Amino acid sequence: MLQAVKSANPGSGDVPWVGRSIERVEDAALLTGRGRFIDDLGVAPRTLHATILRSPHAHADILSIDAEAAKRLPGVAAVLTGSDVKAVTMSLVVGVKAPVECWPIAMDRVRYVGEPVAVIVATDRARAEDAAELINVEYRPRGAVVDPLGAIAPGAPVLHDGFPGNLASDRSFRYGDPEKAFADAKRRFSIDIRYPRNSCTPIETYGVVVSYDAGEDAYEVLANFQGPFSIHTVIARALKVPGNRLRLRTPPDSGGSFGVKQGVFPYIVLIAAAARITGRPVKWIEDRLEHLTASVSATNRATKLSAAVAADGKILALDWDQVEDCGAHLRAPEPATLYRMHGNLSGAYDIRHVRIRNRVVVTNKTPTGLNRGFGGPQVYFALERLVQRIAIGLNLDPLDVIKRNLIEANAFPYRTATGALLDSGNYQEAVARAVEQGRLAELKAKRDEARAEGRLYGIGFTAVVEPSVSNMGYITTVLTAAERRKAGPKNGAQATATVGLDPVGSVTVHVASVPQGQGHRTVLSQVVADVFGLQPNDIRVNTEIDTAKDAWSIASGNYASRFAAAVAGTAKIAAERVAGKLARIAASQLNVEAAEIVFAKGFVASKHNPENRIAFSRVAALSHWSPGSLPDDAGQTIRETVFWTPPELTPPDDEDRINSSLCHGFIFDFCGVEIDRTTLETRIDRYVTMHDCGTILHPGMVNGQIRGGFTQALGAALLEEYAYAEDGSFLTGTLADYLLPTTTEVPEPEIFHMETPSPFTPLGAKGVGEGNCMSTPVCLANAVADALGVADVTLPLVPARLVELVRGAEPPPPAGRATAAPARDADRRLRGEGQAVVKGAPEQVWAMLLDPATLQSVIPGCQRVDKVTDTHFRADVTLGIGPVTGRYRADVELFDLDPPRAVTLRGGATGALGFGNAEGRITLAPVGDGGTKLTYSYDAAIGGKVASIGGRLLDGATRVIIGQFFTALARKAGGGGAEAGGFSLFALLAKAASLFGGRR
Amino acid sequence: MTRLRADQRHPVRFTLNGKSVQGEAEPRMLLSDFLRHQLGATGTHVGCEHGVCGACTIVVDGMLTRSCLTLAAQVDGCELKTVEGLAPSADRLGVLQQAFRRRHALQCGFCTAGILISLDHYLAKNPSPTEAEIRDLLSGHICRCTGYTPIIQAALEAAAELAPSNKETSDA
Repeated sequence: MLQAVKSANPGSGDVPWVGRSIERVEDAALLTGRGRFIDDLGVAPRTLHATILRSPHAHADILSIDAEAAKRLPGVAAVLTGSDVKAVTMSLVVGVKAPVECWPIAMDRVRYVGEPVAVIVATDRARAEDAAELINVEYRPRGAVVDPLGAIAPGAPVLHDGFPGNLASDRSFRYGDPEKAFADAKRRFSIDIRYPRNSCTPIETYGVVVSYDAGEDAYEVLANFQGPFSIHTVIARALKVPGNRLRLRTPPDSGGSFGVKQGVFPYIVLIAAAARITGRPVKWIEDRLEHLTASVSATNRATKLSAAVAADGKILALDWDQVEDCGAHLRAPEPATLYRMHGNLSGAYDIRHVRIRNRVVVTNKTPTGLNRGFGGPQVYFALERLVQRIAIGLNLDPLDVIKRNLIEANAFPYRTATGALLDSGNYQEAVARAVEQGRLAELKAKRDEARAEGRLYGIGFTAVVEPSVSNMGYITTVLTAAERRKAGPKNGAQATATVGLDPVGSVTVHVASVPQGQGHRTVLSQVVADVFGLQPNDIRVNTEIDTAKDAWSIASGNYASRFAAAVAGTAKIAAERVAGKLARIAASQLNVEAAEIVFAKGFVASKHNPENRIAFSRVAALSHWSPGSLPDDAGQTIRETVFWTPPELTPPDDEDRINSSLCHGFIFDFCGVEIDRTTLETRIDRYVTMHDCGTILHPGMVNGQIRGGFTQALGAALLEEYAYAEDGSFLTGTLADYLLPTTTEVPEPEIFHMETPSPFTPLGAKGVGEGNCMSTPVCLANAVADALGVADVTLPLVPARLVELVRGAEPPPPAGRATAAPARDADRRLRGEGQAVVKGAPEQVWAMLLDPATLQSVIPGCQRVDKVTDTHFRADVTLGIGPVTGRYRADVELFDLDPPRAVTLRGGATGALGFGNAEGRITLAPVGDGGTKLTYSYDAAIGGKVASIGGRLLDGATRVIIGQFFTALARKAGGGGAEAGGFSLFALLAKAASLFGGRR
Repeated sequence: MTRLRADQRHPVRFTLNGKSVQGEAEPRMLLSDFLRHQLGATGTHVGCEHGVCGACTIVVDGMLTRSCLTLAAQVDGCELKTVEGLAPSADRLGVLQQAFRRRHALQCGFCTAGILISLDHYLAKNPSPTEAEIRDLLSGHICRCTGYTPIIQAALEAAAELAPSNKETSDA
């Protein structure tokens, strides 16, 4: 059923390469360990390595940074703090009009956990990390806000003075006559949605290598950046150089991105500053904790969506109220996530009246950026959940409500109320085919059967339009028409491709796209081979970008599913342009008309007499060896660079209508899920996904994109959330906390295709990579809601959340002697109690506890103890929890002393792994033959890195360490004698405080 | 047992894909870093450095091992196999690698090395695995691109091709 794309040689009778699932040219190297990812490439001699010290606080003033000890460590070249970076750079531009700065490193205040505070540059990474541990940062915490609606509530802590009330943008839009539609409508339905934070988390993290040429004031950057290259302008401006002094290159291979590696750009600025200040090349590779905590995330969003609905389920109007949470800084290109879907807010439906209020807020969380689906998941979760609600409310079949509202097949190209021009499609046909091929009737029977047996089984549906090839001007919809007039028009999406012929006539292709595994080199070889009548193997494709040498523009890069639709099509145009000239040359040599020339089987030949031919390589090389013998009108055939931008991508009009994307694929999904009554685990029984992405260039890769997107969406629906505590502590800093789907959770979706070519793209192709990230989360949620018979479901659909829907909130545990009450989700407080018996009378133990002179030798990992007063101590200790060890500075005071019976300890600790405080009460009582029974209780709170990576471990680790402590104490006290005793309250508290961290 | 000093580099020698190699490492250096940065064997990738993602999986003395959770000093004298040791020659792919290419079982290729190593190791001992067994084995690997099914299919195809009834012996 695949449609063949017309090749340039229709007369040859060859089967085109495009449309065939040929093996990928990329694979041999990747399968044998010869990939060339950024960390595989080696560096120039004298290259330094950077590590980044990050904030443990969600919101705090930086009172001081003491980096002297770090700077003295051998091998350390520099320690950069905010002021050092500020001296050589400018703030990153912010995408809305507001007096707000956006730095890649904290200046005098941190606004999210993980925000860079210092960059340490040393001869190797380990030494840089050693030095980072020696830096003392003194913070004064501020109130933090992590909820987008909480951020705009009166009295919320304000992150930026330039965003009063934390509101970065507030725009209202009106299309058609929504007020009248709502007034006239029979029914009105509303839904409130909280879409969570998540990220597509590539397995390769960020990497940056920068060198600086002081003589020319020029930077050379290698980074696994993915585009859009509009960001190049942001980086150059921040580095205070013109664009031609910022050479940005990408490595040959990139280990996945899914949008995420757009977010490496603040680090490019940071590492560039380090290279400039040290005068040496600097390399930085992000680690996984940094990536999860502070790279970038998709936006979380609070949405209220209302629909005016007729009795038959026809949706007459929509009213969107979206509150977009972009995290602590509004980083370029945000608030693009909110506006990417602006033209598509009516989805696949024919809805003529739309009202929108879009607010963008800042909160104490990691700044957001590109992520696969980019705005689509958030929009469709609200829209498609609402469609299910409408069906239930009107007692209609959800599929009937979808069908009643789909845009008619004869309406394309269809202009949506908000301005998108939907290029092509036949949604009714796609739905009908999916229902039949995906065997919906059988699935419904299965549901009935399961329910009859008392099982929890549900079916969900979704219809979505998948936009691709973004209009570079859509983001300006955030500005008013007047602001846009002042700023000048922004629109289009320049794609570029270069086709070159070398002196032996072999073909090279270069595109300004940056694949991260999508197989662009293979597809381009197919496209160009078809034009020239060659084999894909004859075409060498390079997809690295070097802004100093290559053709590129702001739209360059790999995002918005633009490759197949825009980039591959542009390569075809470039190849055809070369082929046209070669045809004229060949025509003059073969004595035929150029129109009669065909390219086939490695020859350029006469269509009518295939024996009248000349080898392709010979014609192709002629421009090098004998330009004088070319026909006058042929010009050179050595290299053609084509820029292509679709005319349909116009800027927003004065009524704020915006054609936000060029192409619009269609997806119709349905699925059956069963929820285990005992574990409340959601199992996907069948997932059917029908795609119309226009012409398919490589079926294997298209299905690969669909499966990959489906899997990431499954994670977003069932497993993944970047979780924050109320104080802004980040709680999911490892892949054991942020759970990604594995082989055991991911079923094979049933994939079906229909091909309605796009009339707007050279190959008829549309994007396909993001669609399931938009459709699948809500399709699964609809199925779960159907299974449980509930109105509201919140992602991710983890069993702990479903159990509350099914069984109500968990009752509090019975009072009793519970040790160490387990920390609840997003609650970092640890409480516990216990007792231990040691030898020695209470007076003796008491004396040991209060003798600081003995502490240093008996507290494991203690470097030094300072006695401030008789009841106030400071100490440096090193402690490990699980795989991570860190130094802490503990500060402990004693209260309510009742010698030798009881004492209360209160203190805090800070260190590389976090901060925290603890309070404990210890009582001593004589037992048996001269022993002492110690009874203790503690209450601690933690934050920072240890909360991110050790949340699961803390409770157990606490008990283990305290247990070990008393074991050691008992042993020491028993062995007593002249040697210093082994136990002290101080040691306990230092350990406890260090472990739990503590408030300051 | 040799005592290692934290502040010194110590010689580390082992066999890597049949060849003896050596270098120097501080006691704290991870095996993954040693392979990649001291020996230039960059085929083994590092994805999480806490043992969850599986990208860094190699074989040490016949055992599947997370090289990011292993210190270089621990493998002194051992035999190691990494992705660079899988192909029969530089210009040929092994049976498992060919199956991966045929089934489009990789996209970005970053996690692939670890998955190939796990499968190579497993198939040598379990020549006719079921899909459930392969899924269970690979649950210790995270792939963000493919959705896993093509990997499972490639593994089963390679297993069928490598099965003892088949003439070709293992060079997966």
